[in-house]
Amino acid sequence: MSRLILTPNLDRPDDVYADLLAAHDGLDKAQSDALNARLILVLANHIGDRQVIAEALQAASRAGQPV
Amino acid sequence: MNKIFETPLYPYTRSPDQGCTPVARRRVVIVGAGPVGLAAAIDLAQQGIEAVVLDDNDKVSFGSRAICFAKRQLEILDRLGCGQQMVDKGVVWNLGKVFFGDRKVYEFNLLPEDGHQRPAFINLQQYYFETYLVQHAQQLQSQGAPIELRGQNKVTRVEDRGDHVALQIDTPEGPYDLQADWLIACDGAGSPIRAMMGLDFVGRVFEDNFLIADVIMDAEFPTERWFWFDPPFNKGQSALLHKQPDGVWRIDLQLGWDIDKEQEKQPEKVIPRLKAMLGEDVNFQLEWVSIYTFQCRRMEKFRHNRVIFAGDSAHQVSPFGARGANSGLQDADNLVWKLKLVIDGKAPPALLDSYDTERVYGADENILNSSRSTDFITPKSQQSRIFRDAVLDLSEHFAFARPLVNSGRLSLPCTYDGSDLNSADALPDGPARTRPGAPCPDVALEGGYLLPQLGNEFVLLCINTAPPQALQVNGIAVRPLALTCDGQTNTALAQRYLGDAPAAVYLLRPDQHVAARWPSYNEPEIRAALLRATAQG
Ligand SMILES: Cc1cc2nc3c(=O)[nH]c(=O)nc-3n(C[C@H](O)[C@H](O)[C@H](O)COP(=O)(O)OP(=O)(O)OC[C@H]3O[C@@H](n4cnc5c(N)ncnc54)[C@H](O)[C@@H]3O)c2cc1C
Repeated sequence: MSRLILTPNLDRPDDVYADLLAAHDGLDKAQSDALNARLILVLANHIGDRQVIAEALQAASRAGQPV
Repeated sequence: MNKIFETPLYPYTRSPDQGCTPVARRRVVIVGAGPVGLAAAIDLAQQGIEAVVLDDNDKVSFGSRAICFAKRQLEILDRLGCGQQMVDKGVVWNLGKVFFGDRKVYEFNLLPEDGHQRPAFINLQQYYFETYLVQHAQQLQSQGAPIELRGQNKVTRVEDRGDHVALQIDTPEGPYDLQADWLIACDGAGSPIRAMMGLDFVGRVFEDNFLIADVIMDAEFPTERWFWFDPPFNKGQSALLHKQPDGVWRIDLQLGWDIDKEQEKQPEKVIPRLKAMLGEDVNFQLEWVSIYTFQCRRMEKFRHNRVIFAGDSAHQVSPFGARGANSGLQDADNLVWKLKLVIDGKAPPALLDSYDTERVYGADENILNSSRSTDFITPKSQQSRIFRDAVLDLSEHFAFARPLVNSGRLSLPCTYDGSDLNSADALPDGPARTRPGAPCPDVALEGGYLLPQLGNEFVLLCINTAPPQALQVNGIAVRPLALTCDGQTNTALAQRYLGDAPAAVYLLRPDQHVAARWPSYNEPEIRAALLRATAQG
């Protein structure tokens, strides 16, 4: 069974983070929201596994709540 | 204009049952002469079971409602003897286009698979659909079949008395009493019978209004389904354009919740809307305008002893996906053979509980699909609109996003996985699409098609194996049908029914669903499967 990776997995985390910010440069709130939504869909399709996506949804939801 | 839905088709005439003592008893009484009630009555009568249809009206469905009828329903109509007429009149379409804003983002082809006698869909006005059913019923009646349509017979009271159902019926000449061994309530989404029996009908209301305009125009639009999300001529809402016979086009415009319905229906409001959509210079004539809202809901149980609900009275879906009348016909298809076996004393009444389980399962599938389509078409929150628009934007550029576009998941028949009537799959190498519970897919054979050879009785389909003599199990006949295929001939038969197996034996129900399948002929197992398929196992 494939599992969601929740340990460090990015080669150059600072670069990836900067790429994310750069993609939103100059966008207003609505444009940014739209970009994020498109990005999520592109990544979800790349993952291609409903179980992994469900785990990702869960991890993302949980991390937004106070411990 | 000659409006077919304004012509009485089965005007009131006095029945000898009115005012007779003792009260007349009929085998099956069907309330409602909509698509579902008519189909059930024809199916019963063709198999020799008395069916009396009562309707408070004497005409077909008023105005314009269903237009898309799917392949499975045409196959059911073929079994009832009136599929060809529908196809001859109907408009066949395969191509759909999806627009977002002012751009075409995507198009799809329903890509009908080869070797099916019927197309994936036809468009046909519901009033034609019902007219043909009424005419077919009347023709059967003139040939002596036990079918009768009673117009202006309004059912006002229903009481289940355990071994029969008592009805009170209002007519232009006053009320009369009638009894029925069995009552099928096909009295539509507002079902008065459901209310009389105090039964629930719970689900989700969608707060939205849709304008339907059927227009007659000589236009260059092709025979395709065009769907718009957020078009310039209907900002923030959706729109649909679809062709029907006689040069009539269905236009469906989302209007939102807070509107003045009476005002929106006026030609002064409607015509400018349509001109904005079709172009200023297109000449059209309004045939029909109405505004509808919808709900997705179902009864908890469809069978209440001798009163059985079918069609919209039992379940209601949004029109996206054309699942209303289509699923109602599957109800009738599922119910009638079971009711016949019970009436003939060849199966216990418990067989009717499988109607409940199987069609509740089907209704849930339809409600799920049509609710999801509705959520996509009319997003209910800001975030759902953001995702919806993201899918549409992506679909213009990338194939991966196109399957996410949901402008209605068009009606497909349901596979009764997990039904008690199924026997365990003894042909695991066989194709999944013909597993127990599945509706039989059609196949082109030399000189014809497979489906017309199936139905109305149990059939034992023997592929590449010698068929037995005709079989009887507790008085229920099983008709053998032998077919062969190899690498060269009937390859579709091999693909759809054999998979990797060299031979197969299928037990098929009278409604053309698979009950059981095996790699070879084994009489004791076939007998056991037949008993199981008739609730005697
Ligand atoms: C805008 C719109 C578009 C649609 N498009 C599609 C589509 O493309 N494809 C599709 O499959 N479905 C579609 N549908 C749904 C389809 O119209 C219904 O599912 C279908 O008509 C249901 O058939 P029915 O026989 O169950 O009920 P109905 O057609 O509602 O018939 C019920 C009958 O019962 C009679 N009746 C009611 N009470 C009594 C009483 N007390 N006594 C005697 N008679 C009574 C009524 O007069 C009526 O004739 C659409 C619906 C709408 C509104």
